[in-house]
Amino acid sequence: MSVMDPAPAQISTSGRDYFATLARWKIWEILFWAALAGCYFVPEMDRMLMSRVIIWGLFAMSLDILLGYRGIPSLGHAVFFGTGAYVAGFCGKYGWTEPISALFFAMAIAAALGWLTGKLVQRVAGVGLLMVTLGLNLILFDFVLRSTDLTGGDDGLQGIVIAPVLNMFRFDIYGRTAFWYALVVAFILFVAARILVKSPFGLALIGARENPRRMITLGAPVEGDVSRAFMIAAALAGAAGALLTQTTQTVAPPTLSFQRSADVLVILIIGGAGRLYGGFIGAIVFILLQDYLSSISPVYWYFWIGLLLVVIVSFFRKGLLPSLDALLQRFIKRKPDTPS
Amino acid sequence: MSGIVLETRQMHMAFGGLVIFESIDFALRQGERHAIIGPNGAGKTTFVNLVTGLLKPISGTIWLDGQDVTRQSPQQRVKSGLVRTFQINSLFKALNPLESVMLALLERDGLGRIAWRKVAAEKHQIDEAMALLARFGLADDAYTLTDSLAYGKQRLLEIVLALALKPKVLLLDEPAAGLSTQQGHEVFSQLANLPGETAILFIEHDMNLVFQYADIVSVFAAGSMVLQDSPENVRKSPRVREVYLGA
Repeated sequence: MSVMDPAPAQISTSGRDYFATLARWKIWEILFWAALAGCYFVPEMDRMLMSRVIIWGLFAMSLDILLGYRGIPSLGHAVFFGTGAYVAGFCGKYGWTEPISALFFAMAIAAALGWLTGKLVQRVAGVGLLMVTLGLNLILFDFVLRSTDLTGGDDGLQGIVIAPVLNMFRFDIYGRTAFWYALVVAFILFVAARILVKSPFGLALIGARENPRRMITLGAPVEGDVSRAFMIAAALAGAAGALLTQTTQTVAPPTLSFQRSADVLVILIIGGAGRLYGGFIGAIVFILLQDYLSSISPVYWYFWIGLLLVVIVSFFRKGLLPSLDALLQRFIKRKPDTPS
Repeated sequence: MSGIVLETRQMHMAFGGLVIFESIDFALRQGERHAIIGPNGAGKTTFVNLVTGLLKPISGTIWLDGQDVTRQSPQQRVKSGLVRTFQINSLFKALNPLESVMLALLERDGLGRIAWRKVAAEKHQIDEAMALLARFGLADDAYTLTDSLAYGKQRLLEIVLALALKPKVLLLDEPAAGLSTQQGHEVFSQLANLPGETAILFIEHDMNLVFQYADIVSVFAAGSMVLQDSPENVRKSPRVREVYLGA
């Protein structure tokens, strides 16, 4: 196993301890969230950019539930992000300005769409799944683009108003409220996702990823679980979309473009799937790099992203986080041999 | 004579034009230790796949505990106590034996959809999983990745997963395949220790195991059941010799 999930065989003898150790918060996890919060206090920090990083991290984490834990690839995950973003946008435009309840509402709508998508694809596997999710993405994108009366088409929704969070914190141009709002929501949803992946249901998802036929012969409702996984992932993606709308007070078709679906997949692959943090690590690398590269060359920055993807997938296979983890693990194992 | 727990009536199966079973009538009684033997291609594994619901018969019916389950999903049949193992190990490679057995126990006890508390909270199931693994000599391997377990231990885990579900009817597809003679006997003596009312149906090629542990033997050949009798009679039967040797 790994530093992230220490092999409890060495620590414990009973099965109870094993599962307890798996679920325990590790020191590096606390450090990670503390460091993310600490970014706020760094002078000259672009807080709008950091809140974008957090939102993308949450979005990639939602895909991780599907891809990393259940083993379902999706090329249309922006459908749920975009749904959350537009629902939050409509709320803000038509008078439901309170952000937290609107966020829940956006999550609920995205979850319903996710559940339906799950129903549709639960018998499809592999390349077929990629095609169906991609198709759904294209349908929704075109619908939003063409329904100019409803969505403002290419220009996006105009006149979105978001009330201060808790009636106290106004969204300001420096991104102060945006940063904390995004961070707190992302953290709460991360904790929920973390409980989920360590729960019996999380174990069942991993079981179905490893061997769906065997899960069926153990009596597990494997197809129903696909819908449930889609529903949960969609709710989380919808929350990320709603956060983006609320923190920027704008929403436009790119939030549900195919490009966005591809980007979130790239982010998750760069960071490493199957451990929740991969999405956040990937988002930090991807969004900061995107920001930096597009400031030097607004046209060619995808060249570098492409190169990065090729390098990471060729040399790190499973993404940055697992590779880093394996490296640390080797270092720790070697340590007792080296004389101090 | 105790009651029939599993029955097929005029079960017919074909893949395209290839007929596997013309019509099979088969009955398994409570507490029976029933072996299916037959040459390769006799349809033994297909029979298990049909009974467990992984395949659907073209016609005919399948009965479990007096209920027609022909249209039931594999999951529903598992819930009614019909459990199987696979001929080729079919396990969870990236999970360890403890986690794998937990999957079975959580599904059996209807806890598999719990998403709001950690697995560690299911203490009874964890203790039961450890006890099951210990019974089959897998306690020391409880935390080893299944993929890196020796083949024999993977075979044992395959059986532990089935037993974890507390089956009424247990279908074992070549449980001793790939095991040493001694390991094979260990597996079967463990199975002999199961509660007396559990009906066991096993496909097996090792005749020593068949004749030692079965009370009744069915011989499958070329899509039909050619003989069903006690081990002694099957051993003596010229029909069986003919089926196997083609003489």
